Amino acid sequence: MVTTAPILMDTRPVAPASTFRPTTTTPAAAGPGAQAAPAETLIDIDHVDFFYGATQALHDVSLRIENRKVTAFIGPSGCGKSTLLRCLNRMNDLIDGTRIAKGSIRIRGVDIHQHDVDVIELRKQVGMVFQKSNPFPKSIYENITYGLRLQGVNNKARLDEVVEKSLRGAALWDEVKDRLDASGLGLSGGQQQRLCIARAIAVEPEVILMDEPCSALDPVATAKVEELIQELRTRFTIVIVTHNMQQAARCSDKTAFFYMGKLIEYADTRDIFTKPANAQTEAYVSGRFG
Amino acid sequence: MSTPTPSHVFQANLTPARRRESLIFGLFGGATYLVLLCGALVFGTIIFKGAGTVFQAKAPFINTSFLLDAPESLHVFQFEGKKMELGDRAFRLFQAEHPEVAKLKQESYIYSAGGIFPCIVGTLLLVVGSMTIALTLGVSAAIYLNEYARDGMFIRFIRLAILNLAGVPSIVFGLFGFGMFVIFFGWNVSLIAGWFTLAFMVLPVVITASEESLKAVPKGFREGSLALGATKWQTIRKNVLPYALPGILTSSILGIARVAGETAPIMFTAAYVVRDKLPWQVDKFSDFFFQGVMALPYHIYVVSSKIPQNEYTERVQYGTAFVFLVLVAMIATTSIILRNHLRNRYKW
Repeated sequence: MVTTAPILMDTRPVAPASTFRPTTTTPAAAGPGAQAAPAETLIDIDHVDFFYGATQALHDVSLRIENRKVTAFIGPSGCGKSTLLRCLNRMNDLIDGTRIAKGSIRIRGVDIHQHDVDVIELRKQVGMVFQKSNPFPKSIYENITYGLRLQGVNNKARLDEVVEKSLRGAALWDEVKDRLDASGLGLSGGQQQRLCIARAIAVEPEVILMDEPCSALDPVATAKVEELIQELRTRFTIVIVTHNMQQAARCSDKTAFFYMGKLIEYADTRDIFTKPANAQTEAYVSGRFG
Repeated sequence: MSTPTPSHVFQANLTPARRRESLIFGLFGGATYLVLLCGALVFGTIIFKGAGTVFQAKAPFINTSFLLDAPESLHVFQFEGKKMELGDRAFRLFQAEHPEVAKLKQESYIYSAGGIFPCIVGTLLLVVGSMTIALTLGVSAAIYLNEYARDGMFIRFIRLAILNLAGVPSIVFGLFGFGMFVIFFGWNVSLIAGWFTLAFMVLPVVITASEESLKAVPKGFREGSLALGATKWQTIRKNVLPYALPGILTSSILGIARVAGETAPIMFTAAYVVRDKLPWQVDKFSDFFFQGVMALPYHIYVVSSKIPQNEYTERVQYGTAFVFLVLVAMIATTSIILRNHLRNRYKW
């Protein structure tokens, strides 16, 4: 069941991130078809109302995101899917006047909006890949090691190891291994996005949030990122926001459909796309609106 | 010749709108070239008249005495049928050899011989010190305003205050510095009083420009860094400030030109008409900060308006102005090279 380590509390000095990884996990070989062990809830979103100033962006949203699964948030623009995603690592804190008026978001049982939660620790655990790829104007190597250096890791051998591992993990190693000192901005759009994914996994988070990671990419680059998501699902819990319904259908296990700030339907991806329970969902996934 | 008949449908003909257009363009162009002409005249005069003082026909082609000596009085007299022009020191040596000179009719002109070395040093010291203070305070304030402060009435008031400060005449800064640093803090006429006065004068420019540079750094860099578990300060230090630095430097180039050039703020706070000792000739280290200095713009002011004018002082006036222009150009060039270097390093 739930690991004993109470994560996300501001209990510095903290154990290294890897200890938060459940050590007893069975190799999660669960593909979209396999129904193995009962799904373990990692993130529990409980009746959340969210406001930008006076504007309510989320209305009573409740859903449970399962560990080591890919969860897709779909819905038309302005439906609140990105807002919810950014609640999960508290990126909304950066915007003045935002607040969760009601409800809670718990990760492994810890309410992440409590005052005693260290948002820095939280973000180490819940990484993020943005819509617009944002490699830093530094070398590829420095991009990957950025997060680790923040944590005070300066051992060259260790950094080298992480760089290779992360780049391999992001399926980018073979393309860039000879030019790690080149600027990350010299890469193509798709490579830049994979670099950002590599940068996120370098700090070994538990969850990776992806905010429309492919919206600026061409189909070939998109396919590569989707392939990558398939590989990462065994090691990370992934929440992906996408405009692209085919993408949700192709690479997620569970799909949540949002409309006007409300969660309309949340189910296995197969079910959402083949036998949606809700008429609005059906209309959206069949392309009749949105 | 008969009136030309249009040979094709797009035949050009001079309609009133078209005539007005050429007139307007002519005016705009004229205004631009007039500015250019003024600039060329100013620089041309100074270079033409100043170069004669700074350069010389024989090797090493640069008048090293003008650049490396202190100002002296010029003595002009007739000696054995020859017209002699000697600086103070040379005159004394000459007099030792020819005591009869004392009886000759001679004219002396203050500050018209020697050089302007103490002024160059003083101006450099003033620029370096005040820009250090202005950049430290200005960048800090810009970081606070742009990255930390939440927009509200108070912040808007601060911004308004900064804008107003930018419009305050430099003589007012000079009086402020005199009242605050020279009198109230008891620093007397000193380098440190001048540094702070000049720094306060350019602070609004530095703050505003630094804020703009910080704003120009894409939000994605900040978000990307924060999402990796960086604190705000780590993000700013490692992933915002380095990219904003070229822009901040650009603004400081303007600041340098102003700090080096303003006379009013230093005339009560830091500048001496003349000082025999060089700034590093102090008894103890702390005295360094509490000494007045000579400065190029103030020296120009003194030799142009405080002493009797004649053909000899003109050489010093234009020579000093020329050196001053070259000095500012050199400092600015250094900053531009530094900026371009940084820009190439962090490009996005």
